[in-house]
Amino acid sequence: MRLLNILKNDRGGQIMMLVLLIMAILVPIFNLMVPENHPLHVPTYTVTLMGKYLTLALLAVAVDLVWGYLGILTLGHGAFFALGGYAMGMYLMRQIGDRGVYGNPELPDFMVFLDWKELPWFWQGFDQFWFAAIMIMLVPGLLAFIFGWLAFRSRVSGVYLSIITQAMTYALMLAFYRNEMGFGGNNGLTDFKDLVGFSLQEDTTRIALFVLSAVALAIGYLICRYLMNSRLGRVCIAVRDSESRARFMGYRVENVKLWIFVISAMLAGVAGALYVPQVGIINPNEFSPINSIEIVVWVAVGGRATLYGAVIGALLINYAKTYFTAELPEVWLFALGGIFVLVTLLLPKGVTGLIAGLKRHKEVPA
Amino acid sequence: MSIISTLEQITDRHHVYPFLVPAQAPKLDVSHNVLLYLEDITVSFDGFKAINNLNMYINDGELRCIIGPNGAGKTTMMDIITGKTQPDSGSAWFGQTINLLEMDEPAIAQAGIGRKFQKPTVFEELSVWENLELAMAGNRNVWSILNARLNSEQSAMLLETIELIGLQANTQMLAGRLSHGQKQWLEIGMLLMQKPRLLLVDEPVAGMTHQEMDRTAELLISLAGRHSVVVVEHDMDFVRNLAGKDRTVTVLHQGSVLSEGTMSKVQQDPKVVEVYLGE
Repeated sequence: MRLLNILKNDRGGQIMMLVLLIMAILVPIFNLMVPENHPLHVPTYTVTLMGKYLTLALLAVAVDLVWGYLGILTLGHGAFFALGGYAMGMYLMRQIGDRGVYGNPELPDFMVFLDWKELPWFWQGFDQFWFAAIMIMLVPGLLAFIFGWLAFRSRVSGVYLSIITQAMTYALMLAFYRNEMGFGGNNGLTDFKDLVGFSLQEDTTRIALFVLSAVALAIGYLICRYLMNSRLGRVCIAVRDSESRARFMGYRVENVKLWIFVISAMLAGVAGALYVPQVGIINPNEFSPINSIEIVVWVAVGGRATLYGAVIGALLINYAKTYFTAELPEVWLFALGGIFVLVTLLLPKGVTGLIAGLKRHKEVPA
Repeated sequence: MSIISTLEQITDRHHVYPFLVPAQAPKLDVSHNVLLYLEDITVSFDGFKAINNLNMYINDGELRCIIGPNGAGKTTMMDIITGKTQPDSGSAWFGQTINLLEMDEPAIAQAGIGRKFQKPTVFEELSVWENLELAMAGNRNVWSILNARLNSEQSAMLLETIELIGLQANTQMLAGRLSHGQKQWLEIGMLLMQKPRLLLVDEPVAGMTHQEMDRTAELLISLAGRHSVVVVEHDMDFVRNLAGKDRTVTVLHQGSVLSEGTMSKVQQDPKVVEVYLGE
């Protein structure tokens, strides 16, 4: 009952939950029970693709939380996503066991290749799923905490903060490219076999991952909506619109920013962890600054400070990306840039703002 | 001292180490009837002395008007009191126990100093009700604002304030849609919700109509007594109206006090005449 209350005044959220629920029921049915030559059959490739989109939508929600509601234009959220992904990847690597090319039961292939004799200390524990699950949230959360504590306490904000977040993700990318770091260098982690005992090649595992992504998106959305419905949410908007006023009112702006930033980073980490088993690889490219900028474009296209707008934006742009990179690969980057320019100029409130505007237009005939 | 006795002292379970004692703001003490002490304060920006050896005392419950030409240091003075600017020298005390120079903005606000800006700054994307709710005195840490719910007593207080500032018809309206004068009142209402002991009001009637000015003056006068109110204003008519016959008016000039006294006394002060009217 209280769960339903969270979405009480959130029409977009209600519709989104309904669509997620229907998809989580129908997609498995159309994949597993409808024969392959039937027109309604959903191929496993499509299921995985949709699962991937849902994890990216969760990432967009996390960015909307800090950018839309708190006004922190983060251009480094890809780093938290990638760290969650690496934590999951490390677990999946340990799961390979002696099925790797070199057949070493203890060491992943790339370590054998580098002639390492034993597992580095930071790989310890990743053979246990529970440990990896904790790390998926803890590592991005901790990085966000340290980064945020330093940045917000010294009152770095606006474009300076955006640049520092870019620098953070860029630095991490360079670090992860190095073989000595022990994360597989520029090849990253790949060739995964199974997840908690289920083969990643199986249709059922892929379906389960898709459903899990939908559930994660729903839970992440509810958490964000709950936070923003509370007085804390209104303080966030106050901080976004007039930070110094909020401070003179007695609010510790830096603490508000810090905690929301940490929560957002943890959500991004979960999104990354669900993304990796579905795409089958994690490499330092995920840290690249351009990725983080793209997330911001998704949110801007969907509409800021609505949460469901971020979901719509992420799905729209990523679908377009899949389409363009398959059909007209050389056009994609121009299309992305064009969309961003057009949305900024014509739809400052994004697609959701457009829908809301049309609705109001209908209700009040001129 | 022998090792054993040192150990005994360290392991004594009744011993409370000073660093473990939670930092607690001392209680406001106004037993000498003075709420705010500003003594020998000097601030300079790139060699320009915005405040020069300023001394000022505000009594508990007093309504004080501060006037002065542009660049006299009025806003800088408010910045110092509210913790935004650190002075180069001097001291600022709130009552006799609270040292304002050791605190940052949120701490000073929570200690009981509220500030109204020259330009009305309300949160435009929030409703009138929500603006007042945020300003309401209470625990401000992240966890308690996440779980905060209005109780009936607090709702009653909100309604009372809304009535006082005359925005009953606009409770649910977004603050950004209010008229300029309404925004000014909303901001005063927000200050009242903070339950401050000292209200700093920077040019409250800028851009107001005469009617609105009179209402604002009434409101500020009714606040004095329960709160100390410091009003910085350019508009002479308004100040005359506010100060009446016996309230103190302070004239600032080039960062220090030029003259202080009742309105009629200040107006006859030759130094003031010279600054305001030229030679």
